[in-house]
Amino acid sequence: MFDTDILIVGSGITGTALARELSRYDARILVLDRGSDIAEGATKANSGIVHAGYDAVPGSLKAHYNVRGAALFSSLCESLSVPYRKCGAFVIGFDAKDLDTLYVLLQRGESNGVKGLRILSRDEALRLEPSLNPDIAGALDVPESAIVSPYELAFALADEAALNGVSFLLGQTVTAVEKTGEGWLARTGKGESVSCKVFVNCAGSSGADLHNLISDFPLHMTHRRGQYYLLDRAPVLPFSRTIFQCPSVMGKGVLVSPTVHGNLLLGPNAEDIPDPLDTATTSEGLSDVLEKARRTWPGASIRTNITNFSGIRAHLSTDDFLVGPVSGAANAFEAIGIESPGLSSAPAVGLELSEMIAASMSLKRKNAVVSLPRRPVPFHEMTDEQRNAAVESNPEYGNIVCRCECVTEAEVRQAIRRPVGAKTIDGVKRRTRAGMGRCQGGFCSPRVAQIISEETGIPLAQITKDGGDSYLLSGTLASFLKGGSVNE
Amino acid sequence: MNNQYVDLLIVGAGPAGLAAAISAREEGIESILILEREQEPGGILRQCIHNGFGLHRFHEELTGPEYAQRDIDRIRELNIPVECGTTVLSVSDQRVITCVSASKGFRRIQAGAVILAMGCRERPRGALCTPGTRCAGIYSAGTAQRFVNLEGFMPGKRVVILGSGDIGLIMARRMTLQGAKVLACVEIMPYSSGLNRNIVQCLEDYGIPLYLQHTVTEIHGRERLDGITIAQVDNKRIPIPGTEIHFDCDTLLLSCGLIPENELSQGAGVEISPLTSGPVVSDNLETSVPGIFSCGNVLHVHDLVDHVSNESFKAGKAAAAFICNPSHAEARFAVCDGTGVRGTVPQRISAAPQEDVQLMFRPSDVFRNAAAVVECGGQEILRKKAMIYTPGEMAVLTLKKEVFSTLSGDTITVRIEGEKNNG
Amino acid sequence: MTVSLAADGSFVSVTGNTCPRGAVYAKQECTEPLRVITAVIPVSGSNLPLSVKTSGPVPKEKIAAIMQVLGDVSVTAPVSAGDVIVPDVLGTGADIIATRSVAATHL
Repeated sequence: MFDTDILIVGSGITGTALARELSRYDARILVLDRGSDIAEGATKANSGIVHAGYDAVPGSLKAHYNVRGAALFSSLCESLSVPYRKCGAFVIGFDAKDLDTLYVLLQRGESNGVKGLRILSRDEALRLEPSLNPDIAGALDVPESAIVSPYELAFALADEAALNGVSFLLGQTVTAVEKTGEGWLARTGKGESVSCKVFVNCAGSSGADLHNLISDFPLHMTHRRGQYYLLDRAPVLPFSRTIFQCPSVMGKGVLVSPTVHGNLLLGPNAEDIPDPLDTATTSEGLSDVLEKARRTWPGASIRTNITNFSGIRAHLSTDDFLVGPVSGAANAFEAIGIESPGLSSAPAVGLELSEMIAASMSLKRKNAVVSLPRRPVPFHEMTDEQRNAAVESNPEYGNIVCRCECVTEAEVRQAIRRPVGAKTIDGVKRRTRAGMGRCQGGFCSPRVAQIISEETGIPLAQITKDGGDSYLLSGTLASFLKGGSVNE
Repeated sequence: MNNQYVDLLIVGAGPAGLAAAISAREEGIESILILEREQEPGGILRQCIHNGFGLHRFHEELTGPEYAQRDIDRIRELNIPVECGTTVLSVSDQRVITCVSASKGFRRIQAGAVILAMGCRERPRGALCTPGTRCAGIYSAGTAQRFVNLEGFMPGKRVVILGSGDIGLIMARRMTLQGAKVLACVEIMPYSSGLNRNIVQCLEDYGIPLYLQHTVTEIHGRERLDGITIAQVDNKRIPIPGTEIHFDCDTLLLSCGLIPENELSQGAGVEISPLTSGPVVSDNLETSVPGIFSCGNVLHVHDLVDHVSNESFKAGKAAAAFICNPSHAEARFAVCDGTGVRGTVPQRISAAPQEDVQLMFRPSDVFRNAAAVVECGGQEILRKKAMIYTPGEMAVLTLKKEVFSTLSGDTITVRIEGEKNNG
Repeated sequence: MTVSLAADGSFVSVTGNTCPRGAVYAKQECTEPLRVITAVIPVSGSNLPLSVKTSGPVPKEKIAAIMQVLGDVSVTAPVSAGDVIVPDVLGTGADIIATRSVAATHL
């Protein structure tokens, strides 16, 4: 039984951005999530693009929040030590119709306040990005487009929120919500309950279901799955910018983009599916992605593919975000329908929604706010001198756990000890990159599991990949030798 | 910061690194340092607890740890320093190494010669693009082997193995002996690349069915694997609709290929062959960078550790010669793969090799009643008949050193003459 | 390699072996198949399991029973490679011996 002032359901990029902003006010805040770790939904499975804001329809919430959010991104990532790079983007066009679309996007972008947009000729575009399909007719140059690590941002936001008193309740799914005299009472499937004054829905692909539990005005959400290829890092990638194709009604389309860590990403396609939690990849979906990616990159090769994944977009029929007080429900707020440009918008959604909530509750700002300490430079990025100093101050920097991404034991332990720390293999993976390299955890997962066990006290046989029943191991040698049988 | 000089620096204390060190010391090199990232020497042999190692070299059938111990004992006898828990971070083309360890911190070491012996890694699921959920319970065979044989834990209870190479076969037996149920071994090719002895002793002995020309088409299970679907494939390795078979299982072991680990080599500017994914070397195992040598699985993936040791003795000897006389002989001959041959090593041969040259390659297919033929400038230098040439067994051809002065061309081609037969 | 058996299943001949040892092996396989068994067993006093093998080949049909013996045996660190863990296992004439050394560690 938990009692709090503000309950935020959903710990993705929106929920954590909101929690961090609200933590600057004098109020008890609890963030609840169905996942065993934070940001296990769309936040960990998207393109990682901070869109400049040319795509959203002027006047929409998407446009409003995208542009404001994008403007806040650079300094936010800087203060939270989150990898972010303004690599720029092209939107490519193949014919006269596409070129018209590019002009529409240019105008839209300018009216949304995006800087630096211009149309490039085919030759100019090819000179800047020689791996592009030579059949293009032209491109929209978007110098303000950037790439970021979306889950690392969510972790940093959550850590800073935690340092300022926000609590996190993970592995709990809200199944019922009722109005009470003081506000709301939320019950979870595992029999937990949280009472609060104000209820905030940031529940991603469960956003409509949760909305419908408390509002008399039901919403319908479409779950739009997108699949990806992630290619290995290389000294030189075929593209230095994010390359978009012309957007359609289903979304921004398949892109080819460097990631902030130097991988190459292909995807996502768009497929409406019935189950909001079905993040399987499919052979049709992956073929679809590759075929579409080839339009941008005729030389597309998946020979160096290291993993595939998919994410679910939370799409409302209004084709826009829904941010603000919940219609027909007092003391309830929501930020749902957060599909693209949701990541780009998150800093602004968090800020403005926190202001709305604070105003409605007449919250006072705290006198002092704790800032997240600067994260040490990752070992793999350190200079020789920095490496020398790191190992001298902490010998655990001398033990390399993940050789593919050069992640040290010190960093694995830090990931577990953080305010909202890792307890699973994937939790360590997303906070440190251990297991994200060429061998995909083949070499490092036994050692990572061991370190998690040492740090948390969870026995090795109970360590999971990402919570729930995702156990790594099924027992000791002894238990199998005594109970097992050998096939004849 | 610690700076150091050694005559010979060896990256890796697996069978390759250990053998190279032994032969370099026997050639008189005193100043040798082996750096090993694990806490113990022995490399992959530490987890290969099955037997079958050393038949050629020791005329005994040893288990992996026993084979490794022979070399570890000799290293200790010779007083060659091995520093464990030390990861090499970079190797430069000037033979400067940076490395790190908890005990000795960060170091920069200048070496007179470097031997790269880092071994190889396994192909992960992503390399296969297998669709489905990304649940727990999917391991490369080597990772599962590590959990069982070095950590003492079983990864799962009901197992399917994808890939019938030796590692997959060995793990089929290991999981079964240790009390799990292995439901099937699935192989995309029409033949297994594993030794026939392993098919018998790892699959047939335990009644584990082998599905040739099949692959895994889907993975099921939200949090932990609960099943997989396999299907037959056609000659282009495309799954055939309607041939699906489903298995209820909680573990999928992937044994789908080994890749030499050459990230450090690339950093040193070593030329890498796309055919082997390992360095391009001369007959003395020197890479394209003077004074940097390579041997073992990092050079090309071996089947027999005895061959690894042999190759590594050569590398140690050559590195020793380089230390005494740092000259880089330009290769005269380029070695090319002809029909039926893939990834011949060495890729270059000097004008006058000091020793017989062993050419090693993998047949690209199964050939029966075939001959491996080596030619240069229209002249046949060697013809070696065999009842079978198969991708699962690296072929070795020995060219006598005297033959090289008689050759008129500059290109030596290796090919196989014979009937392709997948039966 | 092809082995010819008589109608009663008894061994007749071998053809197609690629080395002479193959003929001996084939004959053995048909009459009384033997195997060297290797396994890992837990060791108290250490996290590292102990790898073991039979000191010689044993009848294939005894594999399951031998694994049961290994399931019941109790080993304590330290162990040296070569140590006999179970002498003359199930009367086969082969010992179960350690193939690596395991030191006692403080758990």
